[in-house]
Amino acid sequence: MSDSHGGHDHAPPPGHDGPLTYYQLKEIAVRELLIEKSVFTADDVRREVEKMDQRTPAKGAAVVARAWTDPAYKERLLENGTAACEEMGLDMGQTYYLVAVENTESVHNAIVCTLCSCYPRTLIGLPPDWYKSRAYRTRIVREPRAVLAEFGLELPESTVIRVHDSTADMRYMVLPRRPDGTGDMSEEELAALVTRDCMIGVAVPTAETVAS
Amino acid sequence: MTARFRPGEAVTVRRAPSIGHLRTPHYVKGRTGVVERICGDFANPEELAYARDGLPRRALYRVRFNQRHIWPDYGGPEGDTIDVEIFEHWLEPAREVEG
Repeated sequence: MSDSHGGHDHAPPPGHDGPLTYYQLKEIAVRELLIEKSVFTADDVRREVEKMDQRTPAKGAAVVARAWTDPAYKERLLENGTAACEEMGLDMGQTYYLVAVENTESVHNAIVCTLCSCYPRTLIGLPPDWYKSRAYRTRIVREPRAVLAEFGLELPESTVIRVHDSTADMRYMVLPRRPDGTGDMSEEELAALVTRDCMIGVAVPTAETVAS
Repeated sequence: MTARFRPGEAVTVRRAPSIGHLRTPHYVKGRTGVVERICGDFANPEELAYARDGLPRRALYRVRFNQRHIWPDYGGPEGDTIDVEIFEHWLEPAREVEG
């Protein structure tokens, strides 16, 4: 096996181990130009990426816990998700509208973006890799029950499944059902039960859920 | 812009060809569903994709489809649905009444 580097002139940028795709090359070229022209610095870019990576599902979990403990808040959340999140001090930006969809005894909701990977990042952080995979995006709309079963969530035929395809300007968050046996828990303790997957709708919280 | 369709109204997605950038998924073309809600008016993504202003804004709807009407071989129960956001210029009054 040759140890030649095959004529590569540049070390690969950090974070790019494999061969670069067309769009990755384009991003690097544009970014380097903008840095050269002092539009922003490399550190600005790094800081923004770090900020994105540090988003977690904690904000979404706090919204869910509030809805579980305050019926009037829940009503406002289902009526206008964006306004209800802003009410809790969350900056939702100007870019999207949040639609909260409620799981009940007879209805289970799941979210997807079949066209790309739209996701309520402000509330629940960056989407997991599987959410962006072609397999999830094509199958959850076509055979949701089989996909949910693969995630370990078997739902009876009596439960209606509503899949929400985030194709345009709305973003979705599932409002899960409050688990049984949590009557004594504080809002903070309840929030710890609500994981990312529960808000995507591929899992349901239980009294023992351990949030990551 | 005044929304042409009301919540609860049956609408059919146009079977127009997919040219350029659009946000209407192929699997609902020609399918009939019911307006779940009016989302508001939004810049047209088919224009925004080419660095134009996307104006005038277009009415955006959430349309609820019965899964069995989308996938003839759908294996789940009758009540399962899929909701999709669709811009008004992709919708027309329902061509067929689907139960």
